[in-house]
Amino acid sequence: MNTLSHDNHGLRLFVRYLVLTLIAAIFVFPLVFMVMSSLKPSQQLLIDSGSLRAFLPVGDISLNNYTMAFDRAPVALFVANSLFITGTTVILSLFVCSLAGFSIAILSWRGKAFVLSAILATLTVPFETIAVPLLLMSSKLPWIGMDGLEVGWLNSYRVQIIPFIADGLTIFLFVQYFRDIPSDLVEAARAEGASWSQVYSKVLMPLSGPIIATAAILKFLVMYNQYLWPLMVVQEEGYRPVLVGLQYFFQLNTAWGEIMAYLSMITVPVLVFYLFLQRAFIASIASTGVKG
Amino acid sequence: MADVVLKNIKKSFGNVDVIKGVDLDIKDGEFTVFVGPSGCGKSTLLRMIAGLEDISDGDMFIGDTRVNTVAPKDRGVAMVFQSYAIFPHMTVRENIGFGLTIAKTPKAEKDAKVAEAARILQMEHLLDRRPSQLSGGQRQRVAIGRAITRKPEVFLFDEPLSNLDAALRMDMRMEIGKLHQQLGATMIYVTHDQVEAMTLADKIVVLKDGAVMQAGAPMDLYHNPDNLFVAGFLGAPSMNFLIVDVIALTDDHAHVHSPVLGDITIATKGRQFTVGQQATLGLRPQHLSYVEATTAQLSGHVTLTERLGSETVINATLSDGTTLIAAIAEDQEFRVGAEIGLRFDTTKAHLFPELPTTTGAAH
Repeated sequence: MNTLSHDNHGLRLFVRYLVLTLIAAIFVFPLVFMVMSSLKPSQQLLIDSGSLRAFLPVGDISLNNYTMAFDRAPVALFVANSLFITGTTVILSLFVCSLAGFSIAILSWRGKAFVLSAILATLTVPFETIAVPLLLMSSKLPWIGMDGLEVGWLNSYRVQIIPFIADGLTIFLFVQYFRDIPSDLVEAARAEGASWSQVYSKVLMPLSGPIIATAAILKFLVMYNQYLWPLMVVQEEGYRPVLVGLQYFFQLNTAWGEIMAYLSMITVPVLVFYLFLQRAFIASIASTGVKG
Repeated sequence: MADVVLKNIKKSFGNVDVIKGVDLDIKDGEFTVFVGPSGCGKSTLLRMIAGLEDISDGDMFIGDTRVNTVAPKDRGVAMVFQSYAIFPHMTVRENIGFGLTIAKTPKAEKDAKVAEAARILQMEHLLDRRPSQLSGGQRQRVAIGRAITRKPEVFLFDEPLSNLDAALRMDMRMEIGKLHQQLGATMIYVTHDQVEAMTLADKIVVLKDGAVMQAGAPMDLYHNPDNLFVAGFLGAPSMNFLIVDVIALTDDHAHVHSPVLGDITIATKGRQFTVGQQATLGLRPQHLSYVEATTAQLSGHVTLTERLGSETVINATLSDGTTLIAAIAEDQEFRVGAEIGLRFDTTKAHLFPELPTTTGAAH
């Protein structure tokens, strides 16, 4: 009986791992293809793509595509721009959206249900619909720069950061998470003399690690993958992010090997960031609805 | 140290009145227990004293200050929550010192106060642990420690022991009693457990539906309940109620009759009766004694016995179907179905003009 159930358990475990491995493979194959292709000359890459060789480091393997990519585009500049824009937006967004979430979930004020509905309603509006009005507005907004008052935000970092700091999804994530934190903790802190800002900074935020990680990852991905907006508002090379940089490889002749090398390089920061926050991200998903 | 005075305190949520005009005078250093069934408003009243709920009407004073609109932190109160409400991301030391950290108390002074609280609660060895590494009783101690360090004038406890198991609850109950003696502070304690109320309180306030049913020393309430509700709520097992007819009245006594009891005379203790009305006779189970059938005032059949060693609790059904509970102060074996005779001292019986309702006294 004991052995039987033991065998059964082993079999089930085997099947489970098999299924998980297959699912993992489906997600990993495009990445493997990208990295392998980045090591091959364009000609061979196109031939290999019809067979399983596409996923294997075979044939004429070299790092040539990487050196070529650096020649063709200022890769380091684009990656640095993207990291700066993404990092700044993520940090400011976590701060602003968590404060908004705190206000809606914890404080009591008239009309907050309406405000939350309005914020959620923004989730149904695709960015493309507001892109053009936003562009027109951005071109006329004032800014106090080094040379005094300027008009127009185009060709800058701020135009790629500020419109994306507050967003409905991040606010909603914080609202939900804060609502699940037992109200006794907030009341105890209040009774002990904490101000609302201390309740936010000393009680709620330290308990919100999982949701901070989740919001940070989601925001990071959105910001790092920005394409349409920077294409519209940035003409100067100096402010371009990575995906707009991809255009450099489609001019004249399309060099697939170099594109793959470029993509491989710009994927690295995303993977590093995800691995860094992975544990908290998974904890957040696993603990949805579980009280702190 | 401070008195707490409530004058016609009211609380409504929309159209629902949850506290309906409470007047209370809690003396400096007194241990007051709010007790009552679920939904009676006892926790709401405590939260109003803490400043966590607004006061809809009336005046509340802590010491000489009217505190209706004073923020919780400025009321000189500290509260211990049912859920402990200790911060999971802080160590025990940080939890206990939280209020002092917020008040920007110098580190040396804070450390000394935390150490003092830890010593009083015998948890010096736990100071660097996190709440997740503590048992329920230890967490409760942390919550109490946090309350102590700020040296509040009034301690508020909201059902602090209800999440603990029975043995631990008894230990903590004694510790809270000791703490009160040690600190001498005013304490207000909410519970639905009448044993906690009876053992801890200098003064019990029995609440029902947002109103005070009776307030006073535990033994006063036990021996001289003002009304049927208090009579039925305090004491375990609950007081027995028999419906009787008032057949004659003298200055301070009523002659009453019931088919199962015959005629007896009971002191009216100042309550108003009219001849011919129905009234309720209250008999504590502990005041019923087991006697031979010939001398019995009440007789019936045993339907259930619970032998507790020190006493035997008997459920007996009288000839008219009424169930009586008697607590006999010794271990005795009764056969289910056997006939039983009971007697009581009429001076210890109570007569109430109101009749028990299904939602009323018995709980």
